[in-house]
This record gives sequence, structure tokens and C-alpha cells, in this order.
Amino acid sequence: MENEHIVKSYDEELTQIENMTLVMGGLVETQILESVTALCNHDQKLAEKVRVDDKAVDVLESQINDLTLRTLALRQPLAMDLRSVICALKISSNLERIGDYAKNISKRTQVLADIRSVGTAERTIKRMGEMVRKMVTDVLNAYINKDLAIADEILLCDEEVDYIHNTLFRELLTYMMENPGNITLCMHLLFIARNLERMGDHATCIAEQVHYVVTGSVPEENRPKADKTSQMIVEENCESKE
Amino acid sequence: MIENNDFAPENTIISSKNVDVFYGDKQALFDINLNVAENSVTALIGPSGCGKSTLLRCFNRMNDVIPICRVDGSITLGGQDIHAPNVDVVSLRQKVGMVFQKPNPFPKSIYDNIAYGPRIHGMTASKAELDEIVEESLKRAGLWNEVMDRLDKPGTGLSGGQQQRLCIARAIAVKPKVILMDEPCSALDPIATATVEELIDELRERFTIIIVTHSMQQAARVSMHTAFFHLGNLVEHGATSDIFTAPKDERTQNYITGRIG
Amino acid sequence: MTDHIDIISVDGSARHRAQKRFKSYGLLAIGLSLTFLFIMVGSIVLRGSSAFKQSFVQIKIELSADAIDADNIKRVRFGKLLKQSLRNKFPEATSRKDKKQLYKLVSPTAEYSVRKQVEANPTLIGTSAKLWVRTSSDVDMYLKGYVDANLDESKRRLSDLQLEWISLLQRENKIESRFNTKFFTGGDSREPEQAGVLGAVIGSALSLLVCFMLSFPLGVLAAVYLEEFAPKNRLSRIIEVNINNLAAVPSIVFGLLGLAIFLNFFGLPRSTPMVGGMVLALMTLPTIIIASRTSVRAVPSSIREAAMGIGANKVQTTFHHVVPLAMPGMLTGSIIGMAQALGETAPLLMIGMVAFIVDVPQGITDAATALPVQIFLWADSPERGFLEKTSAAIMVLLAFLIVMNLVAIILRRRFEQRW
Repeated sequence: MENEHIVKSYDEELTQIENMTLVMGGLVETQILESVTALCNHDQKLAEKVRVDDKAVDVLESQINDLTLRTLALRQPLAMDLRSVICALKISSNLERIGDYAKNISKRTQVLADIRSVGTAERTIKRMGEMVRKMVTDVLNAYINKDLAIADEILLCDEEVDYIHNTLFRELLTYMMENPGNITLCMHLLFIARNLERMGDHATCIAEQVHYVVTGSVPEENRPKADKTSQMIVEENCESKE
Repeated sequence: MIENNDFAPENTIISSKNVDVFYGDKQALFDINLNVAENSVTALIGPSGCGKSTLLRCFNRMNDVIPICRVDGSITLGGQDIHAPNVDVVSLRQKVGMVFQKPNPFPKSIYDNIAYGPRIHGMTASKAELDEIVEESLKRAGLWNEVMDRLDKPGTGLSGGQQQRLCIARAIAVKPKVILMDEPCSALDPIATATVEELIDELRERFTIIIVTHSMQQAARVSMHTAFFHLGNLVEHGATSDIFTAPKDERTQNYITGRIG
Repeated sequence: MTDHIDIISVDGSARHRAQKRFKSYGLLAIGLSLTFLFIMVGSIVLRGSSAFKQSFVQIKIELSADAIDADNIKRVRFGKLLKQSLRNKFPEATSRKDKKQLYKLVSPTAEYSVRKQVEANPTLIGTSAKLWVRTSSDVDMYLKGYVDANLDESKRRLSDLQLEWISLLQRENKIESRFNTKFFTGGDSREPEQAGVLGAVIGSALSLLVCFMLSFPLGVLAAVYLEEFAPKNRLSRIIEVNINNLAAVPSIVFGLLGLAIFLNFFGLPRSTPMVGGMVLALMTLPTIIIASRTSVRAVPSSIREAAMGIGANKVQTTFHHVVPLAMPGMLTGSIIGMAQALGETAPLLMIGMVAFIVDVPQGITDAATALPVQIFLWADSPERGFLEKTSAAIMVLLAFLIVMNLVAIILRRRFEQRW
């Protein structure tokens, strides 16, 4: 923001909202990383930590809620300010959802503690987790720097996450068909993958918000989407068809 | 988005082309091209001294009174040039009424306040007709129920908001096409402001309203189109929702967000 | 706990002393002017109040039917009867000198008073009536205590003999002090006991009426034109400066102007309220114009805008809204101008309103005098009796002024409207 507001405390409030959102983002980043790490390393302690830390994310979200409401009521922001306040509200709610998914992954990690892993699924999930975490990191960078280029890039990134999700979906289906004993594990892994994919979607949402903050318009709705799991069916030959 | 953004609305009623206004040697407005859509509310916003009131006063030639004021360029009302030599200023002002910043009812009875306009324009033939106009104008201004039993009491005895609505009733009594409002709520408390805004909302079905206001929120609430003026220039004109969420010009942005521009 | 906050005032501080000093100067100035006003009004009232009383003496007159022709009372010589009665009352006055002194006890106009009384009550004819007549001014003065009886006889206007008669009459309760209605109902006279201010009051009132009729419409129209219609250019500024200068021109100059133009050039009748009013109008016009312009300017421009905003043109705006709103101010200004005109003597002297005029004027073309001129004339008169009349006339003038200001206040109240 090149120009300062005439009312200094208004500037301070806007900065505070932004900072709190960033703090929340940082927390959520850690949550993603830790939940995936806990899963892959069967680290119950770390999984427990993720579940506990989610409380902090929730508290931050409600604080951001209060602050944005206060700003809306007292300052009646317009134009860029209005967009940034509204976006902070939306971003915080997206981040909160991401945090919830991380927590969900940790819960499943605890269930899966004693089950032996199959195939390459866990590695794929780890890769997916890293990608999502990077997306969140990038989107937060885009948010602080009001960087339209990075934000738009993230919109493309989501495609990749979707592809991995598709692949994983197919893979896990195969495992389940091979051995019904794998079903518990695979179902949980499927949901974990789903959670990660949803996280990616939320990160994309945030990127859209950043785009809106900067330009004042919503990005066009023809961004690439590759999540095709909703159309997949299991065929006799174990092949999925689009 | 209420309307497209190129702002030559098809149903233009008032249109200014290359309007420059000078007070003596000082130029107050620079090359203003503004089209105002019929039966809509257009808000003119901008910092003090940006020329928005000056432009408003050009629309009914109230600036004629100021000897040093000179208006160049053309302003048309329904396609007719209002500065044409055969234009009668009195008829122009009947068609383009005005409501001022401070409620300024005449120090006469409520009835006479409303009846004055129709009387001087010879709009009525009988007392009954005049009564009808008074009643209708007061009703339309949402004031009838409050003053119906004290029409003979002085208009100056009403509260601020009532006085302003009385002034609006007085303006609509002469059946204008356009009503110019120069900061109509700046002297009113929030409740009275709300009643006047509600009134503006209702009036826009029958009249074209151009309102100058310092309250961004008010402009956002009541108007469909907003024009932003800065240092005598028309910076941006567009649908109100666009101007207030995503203005195109940085000066507009700075002004409406309260930044030091 | 907050720190101790020092708000106790220190009386001795320089700031405080300066404030007190200034206050006391102000009070002193007001006190001084009030004292002077009090002394002025007090001395006038002290000296003038006795003029509202007049001594009357009761005289028994034989109104025998033989001497009085009831059908032709105007012809009857009541003076002779009066003198006869006086001689009857005081038979000791036999010498010519004594008789003359005796006759001087009553007013020289007493015989007209007797005639009036008889006219009013014809049944008195044929009886021996006891009638009250005015004493002469000298007697009146003595009775009011203005003459010191202990002075040497040659130094006072009443002889010892006359004083004796007076004390005799007083003992018989034949001398009475009554309210002097003549002062308010009569015109001027050479005899102080007979002189009244009505002529002058009417003369002043008529002059002011003429003055108001001329100067108010002219002044208001000029003011409205200058404020609302005239272009603001060099010419209008010159006019404005000249109007302001005219307000400061000595009034005698207006008198000279009136003499030269109204009397000598147009040949209008001199000494009349008409010409007096015209001259006063010339004099008050600048005052009214200035006051009216100020009140026109004081009308908020929002009212003009309101009227113009609904399509009233300039004339409608001005005469429907601006002038009615400015009216109280214009009236006040005019009344102030009128009050000034009421007290004006000099211009009236120049156009001959200083003449001795006994009759009460009936119209604006009758010769008349004005109150301040009357005061001037009386103050100039040598008779002792006119001294109190002068003061009394000043009181009447002040009362006239108060009434005018009252009218101004009432008019203001009536026309005043809030905006």
C-alpha cells in the first residue's frame, strides 16, 4: 500500500489483520508438513501435536473474524481496503479448513499406527503433501506481496495435485481389489489423499482471493482442473475409465 | 453490476460536453463530459473544492447569479442546449429543481412553502387544485402524515429532517424532471438522513436525481452511478458498485479509502 | 491516583489584575454615562414638571342679563365684567396703578376663558357666577415658589400689594392648582400660562409623516435595487460611497437645499410640514438606505437560492422573500432615521418653520412649527414662565421619541420571522 491512510490506526488495523492471517498461514503450513510426516513415519507423538495445535489455528481464525468485523463496522472500508478485509476473512476460513484436514489426517494416522503400509501410496501421499504445503507457502507469499504472477501460478499448480490424486485413487482401488484385507488401510489413505486434494483446492481459493484483492475482479473460471475421481468407475479389468 | 461501464447510457437526460467553468480567472472545472441517465440516482463525489457543486449548479444555471462565473461547452437537457438564447431560465429551473445543503424552507406556513412554486408558475387554476398538489407533494415526500394537521404552521418549526423533506416536497411540487441535491443530508442527524435517503430511493422511479455528497457510504447506498471529481476534473464515472469496490483510477481509490492522495 | 492538578486561581497574578482593572473601567464608564443621563433627565423633570400644573383663581362675576346678549355672546365684553369683578373683590384698589396691578393677577386671556365658560353653560347668564380663571404667569410663578417674596419689591415682578391680595385669596381658598390641560391642547402663545405644545406636536407629526411617506419607499427601493439588482461596478461603488457621505452631511445643508429648491425654485409654501417633511426626508434618506441595505444583506442567501431553485425570477425572489424578511430591519432603520429627524432643528429653521404660529395645523400645507423648534423658541423667550415650559416640552419630545421607538419594537416583533 503505497499511500497511508489519513487515520493511522486504520492502517494499523489493516496491517494487523494481514499479519494475523500470515501467522495463521504459517501455523497451517507446519500443520500440513507435520501431519504428513507423522503419517509417513508412523509418528504418533507428532500426530498428537498436530491435533492439539489445531486449537491454536481455530483461535486465530476467530480472532481474525472479530478484528475484520470490528474494522468493517468502524471504518466502513471501501475499494481496496474493503477487498483486503473481506479476503482476510475468507482466507482465514480457508486456512482453518486446511487446518481441519491436517487434523483429520493426524486422526487417521493414529488409526493406521499398527497397519503395515502397502505399495508406494505413502510416498505418493508425502509428495502430495509437500506440493500442497508449497502451494500454501506460495499463496501466502503472493498474499503479502500482492503478487499476481505467483497467485496465478498456483491456480495452475492445483492441476498437478489433482493428477496425483487421480493416480493415487486408481492405485488404491487396485490394492483393494487385490486384497480385501487392504481395504481399511486403503480407505483411510484414500481419505487422506482426498484431504490433501481439498487442501490444494482451498489454497487455490486463497489464490483467487489474492487475485481479487489485487485486481478487483475474480479470475476467469477456465483454470485447468484435473480431479476426475468423481467420474471414475471400477471395471472388471481393474482399469479406470474416464 | 447495474450497468455497463462506458457511460453513455441510452436514456441520457442531462449531458455535458466539454464543459469548462471559470470563476473570474480561476478555472473550476476542466472539460467535463458527463452523461446522466434518466430516472436514476447519480452521485457526484470528491474532495471539497473539486467542482462537483459547481457542476451541479450548472445544470439549472444557478451559476448565472454569480457575475464572475463563466460556463463554456454545452449542457443539454433532453437534447436541448440549456444555454441556448431562447431558453427561459425560469422554465429550466422548474424542470430542474434543487435541494440545498441546509434545509431552507421559506419562513412561511408549510402550505405556502409547497404552494409557492405552483403559484408563481401559474400551474393551478383553482384553490382545490393547489390543495391537491400540496397534498400530493407532501405525500410523495413522506411528510403528509406528519404535517397534515398543521399545514398553516410555519415550515421553520419542523425538525431538520422534516424541513429537508419539506424542501424536497417543495421542489417536486413544480413537477420537475430532474432534482439536484447539494449535500442534502450534511446538516441532518443519522435518523433524519435515513428518512431522506429512503425518500430518494422512492423518488428515483419518477425523477432523475443528481446528488452531491461527502458521505461515501451515502453515495454507495442511494446512487446507481457515481462520478468522482478531483481538482476540477471528472476522474471516473461508472456504476456505483464498481466505483466503491474496484475503482479504476488511483485518485478515486485514494479518496474513497481515505488515503493521503 | 492522579497527580495533584493545579486549578486554584491565584488572585494576585498579573492576568487577574488586568482583567479586574478592565472590568472596573467598564463599570466606571457605564456608571458615568448613567449618572449624566440621570442628571440630565432629572433636571429636566425637576424644572419641567411644574409646567403641567397651572394656578387658577376663582372670581365671582355678575353676569347680569342686561349686560349679556345671549344670542351674541361673541360681542360681549367679558374683560370689562372681569375687571369689574376684580374691583368688587378688592375695593381698596382705587388708584390707576393699583387697578393695573389688580388686573395683572389674572391672565390677559382670562376674559376669553370666561366667555367660553358662559358659552358652554348659558344658564349662568343672569346669575352671579363663581368662575375659575387662570392666574397670570407672574402669579403662577410666585405660587410655584419660583419668586422669593423676601426680595426687595423692586427686584421682583409682583408688588407687595399683589402678594397681599394673593395671600388673601389663598386664605379664602380661592386659588387652586390644577392640571394644565392647555399645555397639551393649545398652540403657542405669547403668554406662558396660555402656551401649549399641541401645535408643535402636530407639526412634528405631520412633518414626520411626510418624511416617512417620502423617504421610506424611496430608501427601501434604492436599497433593494443597489443590493439585489445593480451590477457591482465602479458606478455602483461611487454611489455607495456618496450615500455614506450624505449620511454625514450637516443637517443645515439640507435646510439650505430645501430653501433653495423647494421654496425658491418650486415655490412651495414656506413654514409648512410638507416642505419640512421633504427636507427631513432628504436628510433621513441616506440613513434609511444604509440600514435597509444592511438588512437586505442580512437575509440569508439560502432563501434566495430556495426561491430561485424552484423557478422564481429575480423580482419574485426579491419581493416575495427578501423584502419581507428584511422588513423588520428596514423599519427599525427608518424609525431610527425618523427619530433623528424628529430632533432636528437646523433644517427647519432654514425653511421658516421657526415662525410664531398660534394655530394648531390642520394639514400639511398649514404653517406650523415643530417640537424642537418650539423648544428653541421658548428657551429663547425672556418670560420666566417659559422656562418651565421649555423643560416640559423637552419631556414631551422625549415621550414622543419613546413612543416612536415602541412602535418600532412592536413593528419589529410583528414582522420578524425566523429562518
